[in-house]
Amino acid sequence: MAIATAALAAVGWAAFTPVTFASREETFEIPKGTWARRMAGNKAEILPSQVFLTLGVRDVLLLKNMDDVPQIFGPTLMMPGQSFRLPFEVASSYQFACTAHASGQMTVVVDEQPDTPWRRLAWRTRRIFRIVA
Amino acid sequence: MNYTTRLATLLACTLLSLTARAADFEGLKAGVFTPAREAPDFSVRGSDGTALTLSRYRGKVVLLGFGYTSCPNVCPVTLAVLAQAHRKLGPLGSQVQVIYLTVDPERDNAERLKQYLAAFDPTFVGGTGTAAQMAAVRSSYGVTAEKHGTGSDYAVAHSSFVYLITRDGRLRALMPFGHKADDYVHDISMLLN
Repeated sequence: MAIATAALAAVGWAAFTPVTFASREETFEIPKGTWARRMAGNKAEILPSQVFLTLGVRDVLLLKNMDDVPQIFGPTLMMPGQSFRLPFEVASSYQFACTAHASGQMTVVVDEQPDTPWRRLAWRTRRIFRIVA
Repeated sequence: MNYTTRLATLLACTLLSLTARAADFEGLKAGVFTPAREAPDFSVRGSDGTALTLSRYRGKVVLLGFGYTSCPNVCPVTLAVLAQAHRKLGPLGSQVQVIYLTVDPERDNAERLKQYLAAFDPTFVGGTGTAAQMAAVRSSYGVTAEKHGTGSDYAVAHSSFVYLITRDGRLRALMPFGHKADDYVHDISMLLN
């Protein structure tokens, strides 16, 4: 009984609590010295090969190159100190060529706006699976 | 006002101005570069038979795309969208120039580019050159192109976005593949203003 009540409360919370983020921007930054570290053999990934965004709450990809050299970052070439702000308005899966990844591809998955109880529930469920996966 | 105060005021004004300028472009549908760097100039063979340079179009908003005439899907869609946007702009369209540089200089000569682009819009200009020339231009813009297949029926996988270059030659934004003509009209109108 207690478990069922707790599960129901969790589902109710997931369905009725609005999805919010502090900013609509999902930011990725190439730190200073990245190129030098890569040249030294450190192959740390900065940008994941899959980025998940959500319309209306977090639907802007913001890339920043804080390194001292130009970098191919996501879909584009960025100069030192330059940022690239890419907004999304349609829920879909976007493929970009990206030489920073071994696959040569980067995918931006934009989910629908979680503006109804059912969509909020689905959005939170997907998020749990993505974190676990 | 002493020198230090004047300098601080000047720096603050410059910073405010830059911030305001960056904020001006946040409404673009395309991805926005901040700060916008100078778009790398190039000199290749134009589909109109003359030397094609980017600087020739200073004063216009330039939409710069990369593709090839044998492209089975991406290029026809992109060019059709650009042609539609160009028509929708009406008289403002004369202040916009579409440049399409080939990623397949082996097959795309100036004449072939001219015929291909004219099918979409006769004002579009294409550019071709030696493989090394075109590779250098791609590199300066961070554009990828990779040949797949052998023989004469090969394909070229290439970056599918379009660069938006301001009247003063700044590389301001990048429109990913899949946007509609209205998005281009929206952004071009902002850049023209």
